[in-house]
Amino acid sequence: MYDLIFFLVLLLLGYVFGQRAEKSHFRSIIEREKQLRDILVFSERRIPDEDKLDGTLVCGSVVISVDFFKRFVAGLRSLVGGRVSAYESLLERARREAILRMKEEALRSGAKSVWNIRLETASIYKGAQQSIGAVEVLAYGTAVKPR
Amino acid sequence: MIVTNIETVPGQTIVKHFGLVSGSTVRSKHAGRDIMAGLKNIFGGELKAYTELLTESREEAVQRMIEQARAVGANAIVNVRFSTSSVAAGAAELYAYGTAVVVE
Repeated sequence: MYDLIFFLVLLLLGYVFGQRAEKSHFRSIIEREKQLRDILVFSERRIPDEDKLDGTLVCGSVVISVDFFKRFVAGLRSLVGGRVSAYESLLERARREAILRMKEEALRSGAKSVWNIRLETASIYKGAQQSIGAVEVLAYGTAVKPR
Repeated sequence: MIVTNIETVPGQTIVKHFGLVSGSTVRSKHAGRDIMAGLKNIFGGELKAYTELLTESREEAVQRMIEQARAVGANAIVNVRFSTSSVAAGAAELYAYGTAVVVE
């Protein structure tokens, strides 16, 4: 009985705080994406006019965790199959945040664009029953600035 | 040392190739951070301690790769790639590799 109450409390806490954290994170992502709109990001490998430019490696990474409620919902979803929207939003947040951090580093080094961007995803925290728990996303690319 | 993840160094030509150089590091976090991460697993959100840990380890992996390139006499590393793998519960390996070259 106590176990059930404890479980429901965890679910409620996860739902309330998780939703709040996700909303504020998305707000901050959208805000910073507007600020960093001037820095262009390409997945193209060949840089045009590259003899007038200087290049350097920039990285941005983030480790982000899913809340208890979403993990429970995803567990239910895996019984019937289909889209697991709980994890989709987690990965979207992580990717956009990693790209933003990479752009911030590019801005600090005075670059105007980033080329050959690569995104790497790794699940680093294995929770109970091998659930996803937390993902790490790393974004890296070559930032170029005029010589 | 110039490090890029494209095939060339912008504005310069590769005159000598040394082949693959790499650097890796395996890190685990201490128990205190693990407990905090456990709490975050209930509430969701960014695990700042882990982000810092992985950033530091990645810098170290890059540093080791640069040392190796310097030892063979290169002045740039091109085509750098990163990979992360969790080797055991609570430990992650960060690996950086690229091609050591001399550019002019």
